[in-house]
Amino acid sequence: MQSQAKPLGDIAGGIAPVPIENRKGVGRRADSLFSVVAALSGSLVLLILAFMVLSTTNTALPIFRAEGISFVTSSDWHPANGDYGILAFIYGTLVTSAIALVIAVPISLGIAIYLVEVAPRWIKGPITYLVDLLAAVPSVVYGLWGVFVLLPLFLQPAAELLSSVLGFIPIFAGPPSGLSYFGAGVVLAVMIVPIISALSREIIQTVPDDDRYAAYALGATRWEMIRGAVLPRGRAGIVGAVMLGLGRALGETIAVALLVGSATTINTSVVRPGYSMAAVIANQFQEASGDHIKALVAVGVVLFAITIIVNIGARLIVWRMAD
Amino acid sequence: MNLEINSSRPSARRLWTNRVATAGMAVAVALALIPVGLILYYITKNGLAAMSWGFLTEPTPFTFRRPGGGFLNGLIGTAIMVALATAASVPLGILAAIYLEEYGKRGWLAQLVRFFSDVMTGVPSVFVGLFVYTAFVLPFGFGAIMGAGALAIIMLPIVIRSAEEMLKLVPLELKHASFALGASKSQTVLRVVLPSALPGITTGVLLAVARAAGETAPLILTALGSLKVTTALIGEPISALPLLIFDGARNPFAAGQERAWAGALELLALVLIFTLLARIVAARSKISR
Amino acid sequence: MNPSSTSSTREREETGLPMVPEAAEPVEEHKTSTSAVFTIRDLSVYYGGNIALKDVSLDIRPREITAIIGPSGCGKSTFIRCLNRMNDLIPGATVTGEVLYHGQNIYAPDVDPVAVRRRIGMVFQRPNPFPKSVYDNIAFGPRINGFKGNLDELVENSLRAAALWEEVKDKLKKSALNLSGGQQQRLCIARAIAVEPDVILMDEPASALDPIATVRIEDLMQELKKQYAIIIVTHNMQQAARVSERTAFLYTEVDEETSNRWGILVEHGETGLIFTRPKDKRTEDYVSGRFG
Ligand SMILES: Nc1ncnc2c1ncn2[C@@H]1O[C@H](COP(=O)(O)OP(=O)(O)O)[C@@H](O)[C@H]1O
Ligand SMILES: [Mg+2]
Repeated sequence: MQSQAKPLGDIAGGIAPVPIENRKGVGRRADSLFSVVAALSGSLVLLILAFMVLSTTNTALPIFRAEGISFVTSSDWHPANGDYGILAFIYGTLVTSAIALVIAVPISLGIAIYLVEVAPRWIKGPITYLVDLLAAVPSVVYGLWGVFVLLPLFLQPAAELLSSVLGFIPIFAGPPSGLSYFGAGVVLAVMIVPIISALSREIIQTVPDDDRYAAYALGATRWEMIRGAVLPRGRAGIVGAVMLGLGRALGETIAVALLVGSATTINTSVVRPGYSMAAVIANQFQEASGDHIKALVAVGVVLFAITIIVNIGARLIVWRMAD
Repeated sequence: MNLEINSSRPSARRLWTNRVATAGMAVAVALALIPVGLILYYITKNGLAAMSWGFLTEPTPFTFRRPGGGFLNGLIGTAIMVALATAASVPLGILAAIYLEEYGKRGWLAQLVRFFSDVMTGVPSVFVGLFVYTAFVLPFGFGAIMGAGALAIIMLPIVIRSAEEMLKLVPLELKHASFALGASKSQTVLRVVLPSALPGITTGVLLAVARAAGETAPLILTALGSLKVTTALIGEPISALPLLIFDGARNPFAAGQERAWAGALELLALVLIFTLLARIVAARSKISR
Repeated sequence: MNPSSTSSTREREETGLPMVPEAAEPVEEHKTSTSAVFTIRDLSVYYGGNIALKDVSLDIRPREITAIIGPSGCGKSTFIRCLNRMNDLIPGATVTGEVLYHGQNIYAPDVDPVAVRRRIGMVFQRPNPFPKSVYDNIAFGPRINGFKGNLDELVENSLRAAALWEEVKDKLKKSALNLSGGQQQRLCIARAIAVEPDVILMDEPASALDPIATVRIEDLMQELKKQYAIIIVTHNMQQAARVSERTAFLYTEVDEETSNRWGILVEHGETGLIFTRPKDKRTEDYVSGRFG
């Protein structure tokens, strides 16, 4: 019965039990070392972000000092003369992003609602896959495609149509150009549709079926159910999704750099060329030197500030939803 | 008999609204699918027209005007920088995710890290490039390390958040099984939790790689670009596929534009392969669960 | 069946009701600590300040099966988790009292819970094999404990001891997740055995299994108790009656005013006596209610 002599199995046989021995110091130290290393890796994100802000702001400081508030209130950008006013770029960033939202939000919501509420099962997978594909396309590819395909095929004719039909309104006044706020906005829209639609889809999916049945039970049509039960429930989350899309549009660089038309002045008409903050950095960096580079860094700092505000707002909304 | 039910049918106006709304959704889907088709079609068509063995194996000629040549310099640069960025960001990102999920949990530091990781995914990539430029390129010069650093910063939050989601899915029972066998916390995390989450984490990593491979703006400010094939990690500028495509798209010469199309095809193929791999890994791990 | 256990201990436990007062006597304590695997005194557990288990005192002997029975939510799992300090893993859980393992208090400040769990195996309600191969599941414990000997042999012996060897010997490299539920649970038992504990804690090990798999686990327990002390939580009284030498009955007490509820040990003793001649009215109600 006691054939298998085990140190712990033979207590009843009278052999003294082996006391519990703590792990050697190494085991315990390895444990706490690991947790410290993990915590440091986590904190790295905070360090990097802080370092990002400090380093760029520090480099840009001479420009901020020299230009003062006129850095963001003036639209005189003449690096040769040392004039650095970026209002035209801020304006262009906001206008192109706004155009992108105007186009992308209804399309994204349409897709999201369609996929969750309407689409037959078999078609959901392929559509989701194809829309997600848009998110995988690098922005430089969008830019190339935008300049050489979409510009002659759609952007230029559409700009011309807009200004010939609505040209009496200043924001559509000619002479129309496809390389414009409008052109950049359209391509931006294509780029953010997958972001907004994917996030909205997730949010709409979390609306409980009970809410839907409740609306149907009151005799609602499907659309009335969506408007009455689904959208109100998901509103905060959808706003968050839209703001994340906006954040992406504000910071998008290459596609805008290729399509916005590169005019350093403010144009009231959306079918006229302009610039954006990110685009001016990408386009002028390679030829810049000295203060000009510092000014481009300063543009980046302002861009960072704007996107971070939008992003934090969006995250707070989404997080509040999740809790 | 059916009179009562019919009399409470929705009015014609309500039914029409319903139909119009449904049609609107279908239009939205179509509007999103048109660019997908246009992009795939033109990149394939124009890309294949300019694609050749020479394109894949030769560097870019010194003048845009000259036909021939290829993007070998960019391909090598992209490979080096993405590999370095992955090597840096994946271990750090996974460790950070382990911290969030296994140690920090709902504590203030973990919540802070979580929040700012999310925020960091929204930082414009061009700003990341500016940061690396001001902090490292100014003192040390352009180079592969600098580009890789920028790409690593872009990848890091993506890896952290996707890895954390995957660690979250590891059942508590597995951890308990491990602890009950006398495993320490670090043993449990490294030998049970991490291997169980690995397929999912791999998916996130592959997507982050795809994202990094397509980044242009940060590389303008850190790698700068070069027409030379180089494998130097530091001390001289290096090229990348997106940089060469950007140059091609900006220049007025047909030869340069053709190379840009072939480069776009090459880059898109790379990115889609990684995206596809990510999906395959994700699907596989679902089956084995 | 248990020839070497001292008769004096047995007598004392059979006559004794909950042994709180006795515990204070140093002579008793000395006696029990030499022969008992666990000597549990005034064990209470709180979850976030709310008491869940109150003043449990109990001895667990080697080479016996002790069944813990009681209605759902009375603290059976809470109790058994105290014996290998699994409660340490639950945020907000606090344990007071003493759990002496061969006379050594496993809650003493200088005791490392990880070291405790290396001595005291545990099998859970739902089979929880790692998503690794059968072999790696068994080898996990020995490996993390720095086992230096012949691992193949140890794996085979553990699987044999868990009566699983014949079924899996050709698929050692296959994922353990491909096994049936009953096989998985025996794998978990083999995995626990592989670290050579002398106690195995089982928290409703068969409740997720079909009757045939349950019988196999019960048969296995009869084999295992030749070497190990086994403590099994079960809500199935037939099972307790079938497999165990001794039974402890836990019950929920309710404070009418605050409507707080917590588990207490009502009585424990030889299984036959608990089921046929319980001393406490509550035990009788519970036992007969379920059987009748
Ligand atoms: N992790 C926990 N946190 C808080 N309360 C718990 C936890 N686990 C168990 N409890 C509470 O302790 C009591 C006993 O639970 P448990 O030990 O699981 O009972 P049993 O296993 O007998 O069904 C229950 O009231 C339960 O709600
Ligand atoms: Mg239980």
